[in-house]
Amino acid sequence: MSDARAYGNSNVDTTVLGADEIILNMGPQHPSTHGVLRVKLKLDGERVVDSECIIGYLHRGVEKIAEHRSYQQFAPYVDRMDYVAAVSNGLGYCEAVEKLLGTEAPPRARVVRTILTELQRIASHLLWLGTHALDIGALTPVFYCFREREEILKIYEKYCGARLTTHAFRIGGLQYETYDGFEHDVKRFCEDFDKKIDEYETLLTENRIWVGRTKGIGILSAEDAIALGVTGPVLRASGMKWDIRKAMPYAAYDQYEFEIPTRPTGDTYDRYLVRMEEMRQSRRICLQAIENIPSGPIMARIGKVLKPPPGEVYHAIEAPKGELGYYVVSDGTTQPYRVRVRPPSFINLQAFDKMARGSLVADVVAIIGTIDIVLGEVDR
Amino acid sequence: MNHLIPPSIQPYVFSVLYGIVIVALLPLLAGYIVLVERKVMADMQARLGPMRVGPHGLLQPIADALKLLIKEDIVPEKADRFLFWWAPVLSVTMALLAYAAIPFGPVFQIADLNVGLLFILAISSMGIYGIVLGGWASNSHYSLLGALRSAAQLVSYETAAGLGLVSALMLAGSLSMKEIVQAQYDQGVWFAFVVPVGFFIYFVGSIAETNRAPFDLPEAESELVAGYMTEYSGFRWALYFLGEYANMVVVGSIATTLFLGGWLRPFARNHDLLWGTSIELLDIVPALLFLGVAAYSFWTARRQPVQIQKLVMVAVGALCVVLAAVMTAALFASPAVMQGIHGAFWFLAKVFGYIYVFLWVRFTFPRYRFDQLMRLGWHFLIPLALVNVIVVGVTIVLQQNWEWRHPMLAAVATTVIMLGVAAFLAQEEKQHQESMPAAER
Repeated sequence: MSDARAYGNSNVDTTVLGADEIILNMGPQHPSTHGVLRVKLKLDGERVVDSECIIGYLHRGVEKIAEHRSYQQFAPYVDRMDYVAAVSNGLGYCEAVEKLLGTEAPPRARVVRTILTELQRIASHLLWLGTHALDIGALTPVFYCFREREEILKIYEKYCGARLTTHAFRIGGLQYETYDGFEHDVKRFCEDFDKKIDEYETLLTENRIWVGRTKGIGILSAEDAIALGVTGPVLRASGMKWDIRKAMPYAAYDQYEFEIPTRPTGDTYDRYLVRMEEMRQSRRICLQAIENIPSGPIMARIGKVLKPPPGEVYHAIEAPKGELGYYVVSDGTTQPYRVRVRPPSFINLQAFDKMARGSLVADVVAIIGTIDIVLGEVDR
Repeated sequence: MNHLIPPSIQPYVFSVLYGIVIVALLPLLAGYIVLVERKVMADMQARLGPMRVGPHGLLQPIADALKLLIKEDIVPEKADRFLFWWAPVLSVTMALLAYAAIPFGPVFQIADLNVGLLFILAISSMGIYGIVLGGWASNSHYSLLGALRSAAQLVSYETAAGLGLVSALMLAGSLSMKEIVQAQYDQGVWFAFVVPVGFFIYFVGSIAETNRAPFDLPEAESELVAGYMTEYSGFRWALYFLGEYANMVVVGSIATTLFLGGWLRPFARNHDLLWGTSIELLDIVPALLFLGVAAYSFWTARRQPVQIQKLVMVAVGALCVVLAAVMTAALFASPAVMQGIHGAFWFLAKVFGYIYVFLWVRFTFPRYRFDQLMRLGWHFLIPLALVNVIVVGVTIVLQQNWEWRHPMLAAVATTVIMLGVAAFLAQEEKQHQESMPAAER
């Protein structure tokens, strides 16, 4: 095993004994690359000597499309980047354009946005948990996770008619008032959900096989994480207490109490624990927010045609997967001059090689799962 | 009837007949085990499972088999055609061959070999060749990795499972499957209760041997796509599948025979009679069970949405009534027939119980990683099995010399000692893990 470690750290010639390295193409069609990611692995036996992520199979030119659409027209497109957290995408874009316009959504809209975005964080983490467990070979949690995720999607469906790519928010606030019983639905979900997280944890957290498969796997130190620009739960599991909801509060996050979970070692197990705790914290935020939704208008007065003054703005939010930033440049017309998205999945994926080198093939799927990527967002 | 058959072939008639029955029924059985698996899985995962083909998906296995039969049989261009064609056949043949020595009852057995257990173990290890050759012949990286994994895994876990069996063998004092069951009747206790540690070791080893989760590394769906079967399609793939499920029945049968009393019914030495008759009270249990299932089928038949589904449900109920009638009729037949039929019932019931636990484990645990799997095998199970053999051996000798006739005494003593050893090994393992640098864990 010590040899193998050496392979991970330096370019030892593994062919001295006539042992050939195998090049294994994982993906773009593979059950656990979470979409059309292709990973080229150089293997010595089952140990990864080198890896390379090949992306672009889902490139749709979202940023270019923005240059030919009006500001409102582009809003539904952002939902299709991180399609498992469409609401968060929408929030980031709407707030970026609002910043460019120099307006703000009214308080009621901001609280409703916070609730829906936090529910989306739970939904996204649930999907991550299910698929991650499935990759490691636990077949059952995925169905439990989908059961709870379904409740969240039902709330979205009742709110705006769509479940996945919701286009729930509008620039300047909300299009729709909350439906009757919205508070009741969210509250009931949050109250039940606590027990459900415990249920997942009884299946996994103390499970010897699960711990063996995740502890010490794909370690990412805080320095490396920062150097690679990694954000979100992956960064927090490396010990950095960085959360844009606290650091640069947006929407209504400054009004609520919640904690930023961190863990010291930055391995797969820590990232699992961080995300589990984040679900609990999101639930806490929802419960606080639902108690007191201010009344008032849901839309700021911004007019029908948006013509932001020339200028540029960068606005970032804490999406479920990390820092989701929108850099929007206006030339004073109805269409953005340039929209650049900083997708968390794309940048977190850079850490893959660092994590995967020296590990086994079985760990590779665990590592892909733990980074929590959505290829729609990586390739845009 | 005997006078119709020439005496020279008389000993073979029933064996050949049983052989044909087994080969004909096994694919069907395997198909229905798959259905049971999917239903159990669905139940544990809060969903319904197959519901479309027939009521409660009862015709699903037939539809699946039909689909696999008419699918295109793709052979990769650079595959070794000869081996690629024959590997799955080898796999399924070896699985079927093992049934030759399995006693489904005191009568229903193809061949009562005096080395029956050794024969089954030898034949089922031959099945690995099907996997290794198929993986190699596919000329694909995923298949190759799967095949290599399976070779290493099966070799290590067969050792552990074999040593687990030895403890039961020592108690029985015979390798003939029939005599092992007879020994459990004579001693009045199933060996699983006397050597629970040996049973546990065999259980874990047999999961690994049949490539089931959490030891399903050779196919490891999320890592190796489908492992050694990646390049297979159509009916060749189905043969592998059949081999896997046939193997599950084989290991279930071995466990049932050695540890769970084979065809003996629970409380086999309790001869309480049903009032006023010569029928033993416990012998009416199978008939009652079938009647219960029949009642349920008739009751749900009314609620099936489609006419054909109603008919199938009624047919299932009728089948259960027939089986109940057979079970009851057997009570009045000659003792040999009665024991044959009831023995087969209890034997299969135990095998299915064993397989159910397999499924349960599969849907609960994540998958081991390859190095962890080997470590568990060589550093935990094999030492534990070796110590178990010694402890059980010493206890048997002590029993014989000091006239400790109560068998459960041995069970308590061995189990306490073995739990101590297991704790020690687990502790060792933990220390080993902690002493390793994080990157190598």
